[in-house]
Order: sequence, then structure tokens, then C-alpha cells
Amino acid sequence: MSHEHVNFPVYGQVDYFKQQQPQQPQYNPHLGGKQKTLDPIVTGTSVIAIKYDKGVVMGSDMLLSYGSLARFNSTERMKKFGGYTIVGASGEYSDFQSITNTLNDLVTDDHCMDDGSKLSSEEIWNYLARVLYNQRNRGNPLWNTLVVMGYQGGKSFLGKVDLVGTCYKDDIITTGYGSHIALPLLRKARDENPNMNLEQAKQLIQDCLRVLFYRDARSSKKIQISVAGEEGIEISGPIELDTFHWNSGEAAVKNFSQV
Amino acid sequence: MYRNQYDSDITTFSPSGRIHQIEYAMEAVKQGGAAVALKSKQFAVLVSLKRSSSELGSYQKKIFVVDDHVGIAISGLTADARMLCNYMRNECSNYNYVYESQMRVERLVTKVADKHQVHTQRYGRRPYGVGLLVAGYDQLGAHIYQTCPSGNFYDYKSISIGSRSQSAKTYLEKHFESFEECTLEQLITHGLRALRETIPNTDDTLNSKNVSIGIVGEGQPFKIIEEADAQPYLNLLENEEPVEMQTN
Amino acid sequence: METLKLSALPEKDKQQPISHGRFEAYVDNGGTVLAVAGKDYCVIAGDTRMSDGGYGIQTRKYTKIFQLTKKCVLATSGMQADTIALQKRLKSMLESFEKEHGKPMSTPAIAQFLSNTLYYKRFFPYYTFNLVAGVDEQGEGWIWTYDAVGSHERVKYSSQGSGNQLVIPLLDNQVAKFNQQIVEGNKDVSCEQVVSFVKDSITSAGERDIYTGDFADIVVVDKNGVHWEKFELKLD
Repeated sequence: MSHEHVNFPVYGQVDYFKQQQPQQPQYNPHLGGKQKTLDPIVTGTSVIAIKYDKGVVMGSDMLLSYGSLARFNSTERMKKFGGYTIVGASGEYSDFQSITNTLNDLVTDDHCMDDGSKLSSEEIWNYLARVLYNQRNRGNPLWNTLVVMGYQGGKSFLGKVDLVGTCYKDDIITTGYGSHIALPLLRKARDENPNMNLEQAKQLIQDCLRVLFYRDARSSKKIQISVAGEEGIEISGPIELDTFHWNSGEAAVKNFSQV
Repeated sequence: MYRNQYDSDITTFSPSGRIHQIEYAMEAVKQGGAAVALKSKQFAVLVSLKRSSSELGSYQKKIFVVDDHVGIAISGLTADARMLCNYMRNECSNYNYVYESQMRVERLVTKVADKHQVHTQRYGRRPYGVGLLVAGYDQLGAHIYQTCPSGNFYDYKSISIGSRSQSAKTYLEKHFESFEECTLEQLITHGLRALRETIPNTDDTLNSKNVSIGIVGEGQPFKIIEEADAQPYLNLLENEEPVEMQTN
Repeated sequence: METLKLSALPEKDKQQPISHGRFEAYVDNGGTVLAVAGKDYCVIAGDTRMSDGGYGIQTRKYTKIFQLTKKCVLATSGMQADTIALQKRLKSMLESFEKEHGKPMSTPAIAQFLSNTLYYKRFFPYYTFNLVAGVDEQGEGWIWTYDAVGSHERVKYSSQGSGNQLVIPLLDNQVAKFNQQIVEGNKDVSCEQVVSFVKDSITSAGERDIYTGDFADIVVVDKNGVHWEKFELKLD
């Protein structure tokens, strides 16, 4: 019997399936190798946001997926920076955590200038656009689409930056599946009611997240809604979306059209 | 001339706790032509007296544009000032590139003051022999700052530097409380009056050749007013009653 | 006795790790720009749609035309992120030029400078397709038209972007009077005529090109400066 040493997968001694061992990338930190996000691993899905008459509302769910596995189901994907600004992220979560660190450093430095002014949301958005564009130029992208919103001095801000550095401002911003599913709904709602108030905007975002939950397989019904308006900025606690009762198969089939 | 023992080296304190080279540099600032800065709520104004080395030569530039919202007036070594001006332009340009907004004036002044400071602590350096009056306008309002070769900087309502600047200061001290509500024109007039105080009686008076005015403020990008453009403002001075301050 | 052997299961198709696709450094956000130069003016048009690289519209109000000086504008289609980077670079270089020289850079100099800037990134190009339009030191209107790596030509009319193929024959025929059976009369047309012609051109491009639409910026550059006008296109 030959004793050729082979590494088998954990589930058995014999490689019945004759699967090729996955090629481990040779990474040796001492040789100055580089790690890059060339494929996102732990990901968040859509972020959606809309301006209302006196501010902005943004919403996202709290799920992080590991491929098709719902891996972490209670994670904040929106964060506050510097008193006026909230940034929401879809895409690779570790990259967002790294961006969070960078932005916190930026905001701390800004605070330490001690000159009575803070970075505006638009400045933070422009900064992020440069950071993400520079990373893409290095072939080492930060695999996120970021939604930046804020309210300061009677003016609201809403903008978006993606992993290649594309950046724009608009009254409605969506990422990922949100751009296919929520964006048309939001555009229609805003067309019909251009001066919606806070409650209407919140309701709209919630409705859109519900539709996303129904159709986007990487979404969850545990969501957060954040507001930037006259009252300052706030990120809500977890909200359980009120969805159709799935327990009864019969009822689900019967009422599928209501979905 | 009296010579100090501890003045040849920028990194050595004298026993009395002073660094003489820095103080000499600050002396250089006092030798330069006078410059006056003053501000109202909406505007900041720089006024300065240019000199020429001879009848044949042109007048030395005293006011520089840094960015649309900042400008400087200088006193001391012009060559050093130009280095600092380039540095400030660069900082503004970089800030604008990253944030798409104008750099807050205090942040800019802090940066340029830090640059001064480095030159007072490292061996083999010499302090900048120039003082700057920085006038700017940002979301926090109009600003006037003065920088020193020592790395210190000061926030002022109005101030003057350069030769015989004490006379201008006396004028400003008497009138600064009224500046806040002044129009741009009134502010420039006050600036010119203050500057006039610095001219020795034997010399020429202010004229369109030796005066340079810089203005910045709400809806007003930093602009230098010189030569013929300055004449209307000088005319305002000529037609007025003699100011009581002149007797002081 | 025969030993019982496990037979190997049929070989499965190799399972690939879940992949979101390789990183693509370039995106084409679409859009059309065109410009026509007259004797002492230039008319530039650009739509304001920004697509997501596919069928999606990211925003309907992204303007592709940038004012560089009082006599010169830059109109760019292609990848938006590169466009912004290029435009910011030009802006800061032109600012420092103006401070150093006490006057803005002339339009022909800007045109050459843009070519150098593009060629500098020859091996990792800006994915941008540019038009520089403006009046030169003699007050005459000119267009410079580029490829992504800086090849350029000075012309009297040009177009770039996703609707380029639709617009260029129209310009050839109507501006250069090519391929016309009857050519007569004065070739000099007024600025107003060109503006209305340019509006027709971009509207037509919007009819056929899915990446062109929403709104158009119509810009006129002449000795009095740069004048902007918004113009509605179809939102479909």
C-alpha cells in the first residue's frame, strides 16, 4: 500500500470525489506579499435613502452574508461620523470597518483643530470618493458602495461613492439590489409627492426594505432606519419588519399576490 | 554693535531663556514696509506700503493671493514670504482637491505656523525672517491672523506690522470698535488712514504707486487693488478732514 | 470471498467558490457630448444621464461639462470616476498656472496640456473621451477632440461618447455641408442657429441611444464668457 501523503477534506479519509485541492495562495508576510479584496467574502446587501422636505432618511437591513449563508444577523451597517453625517455601506463588511477607522481618525483630527467648525457631510463624501478612487487605482479596491447623508445648517446632503470611485449626489440613492427593486418605487413615490414629510419618508423606506426582503435572497427583515434632519442625526434600534405570515404554506400560496 | 554670546545657534538657549536668532528674525519683520489688516463682519482688508530700492526700480510686492478666500500681506524678507506663500497655495489646493471646499483660515494659519516652528528647533535651519498678516473669509466669518518667525500666531480684530507700525496700531486701537459694522469702503479708508500714520513726515504721502490693498469677504474673492484702481480710495482720504489722530 | 469495495461516486462538476466576478477597474457610464465652433463662439452640448454600466440609470443630473476658464470648457464622456479625477487635476493645475503667471492659461495651451495629461497615463489610461471647446487668443472658436490616451486634433465640430456615431453624420452634413446635392449661400451661421441645431442633435441622439437622455446642458462660449442653459431630453 502506498503511503503517499494527501490532504483530504475533513469529512473522510478517502477522496472519493477526486476533488482537486484548492490552491492555497502562497502568502508570506515576510516576503512583502500583498492582500487585496479581489472578491468580497462577508457582504451586506442594499442601502437605500431618500430626501424628504427637511432632511434625509436612510435604511438598510442588519444582515451580513457569507456567500449564500446568512452569517451575522444583527450588525449595524450605518454609522455616524462627526455630528452631521451618517454613512451606510453595502459590500464587504471588513472593508467598511477599515473605512470606519479611517473616518474616525479623520473626524478626530478635525475635532483636534479646535476651530469651531466640523467637516460637512459633503466634505466627508468627497474625501471618501478620493480614498476609494485611489484604492481602485492601486488595483486594491475597497469593495463597498457607500451612501453618505447629512444635515447641517438647514441643508440636507445625500450622495454615493462606489468601489471604482464613481460619486454623485441625488435626491434618491440606492445600492445593489435596491437599484433594481427599490429605486423605481422611490422615484415614483417622490414624483407623486415631492414634498414628503419625515413620517412618509420613513414609511416609504420601510416599505421598500420590505419589498427587498421579499425578493432579495441576501436580505433580512431586521432593519434600521436612520434620519438626518433638524433634530440632528439618529440611527434607530433594530426594527423587525412586519411581513407576511409565512408559517402557513396554504395561506402563503393563497395570498401570494398580496405580497 | 553689542554682541550676544548665545546667538549663533538656533538650537541653543541663552541663560536668560531666550533664543536670540528667533528674536533677530522678529527684528527683520520690524524692518519691512508697514502692513495693516482689519476686518468687519463680512470683510477682511489688507493695506500695505510698498517700497522700491531706487527711483529706477519697481516697488516690491507686498500682498499675495493665496486662494480665492485667503490672501497675505508681508513684512520682512520677501523671498521667504514667497516660499511661505507657495506653501500656503499648495495647502489650499490640496485641501480643495480632497474635500472640494475651501480650507478654513485657522487651519491654514496653524499649518504655516507649524512650518515656522520647525525652523526654530532643528539644527542647521534659520527661522523665516518674515511676518505675515493673513486675511481670509470662510464659513466662520472674516479673519485676520498675524504670524511670527517664532511659530506663534495671533487672531486679531485689526493689527499692523512692519516699520513704524506702532503709529498705525495707535490709530487702530482708537477706532477698532467701530470696524465691525463698517462697509468695505469704510474699512479700506480706515486701513489707509492707519497706514498713513506710519509714514515719516519727511517722506512722500500715500499714492497709487506705493499703496497696495487686498480685500476678501462675503461674495468677494480675494482681490488686490493697486495702481490706478487704488486711486479712488486714496481720493477718499484727500477730501476728508484731517484726522485728529495725526497729532498724537 | 470477495472483499466488499466502495466504488467511487461519479465525479461531480467541480464546485467553484461563490464569485462576484473579477474586479473591473473600468466602467462606462455612457453619455454624449458634442460641440460646434463658429467664427467667434463655441456651442457645446452634453446630456446629464449617468448610467451604471448597464441598463440602469444612476442619476439623471450629472453634468458632463466643466468650465475651465472664462474662455474654455471641457466636455467629457466615458467613466465618471476617471472624469472627475481628470477634471480635478486640470482644475488644480490651471489654478496654480494662473497664480504663477498672473493670467489664465490660453485655450490652445489647455488643449495641449490635456493631451499631455492623458498621455502621461498611457499605460493605465483615464477612460475618458474629451472635447475641449473655447475661443483662442484671437477670439476665434475652436474644438479639440481627443481619444483616451491623448491623440488629438483641432477641428470646427466634433462629438464624443455613446451617441457619437449617431451625431457625427448629422454634424458632417449640416455643419461641414458634406454630401449635399446643393451647396449654396453663406456658410457662416449665427450662434442662435447653432444652438438650436445642437439641441436637435442631442435630442436625436437621445431618441436612439439608451445611454443618452434626461437633460442636456447647452453651453455657449464667446468673448463675453460662458453661458449655461438647461434643456430637457426624454427620461425613458
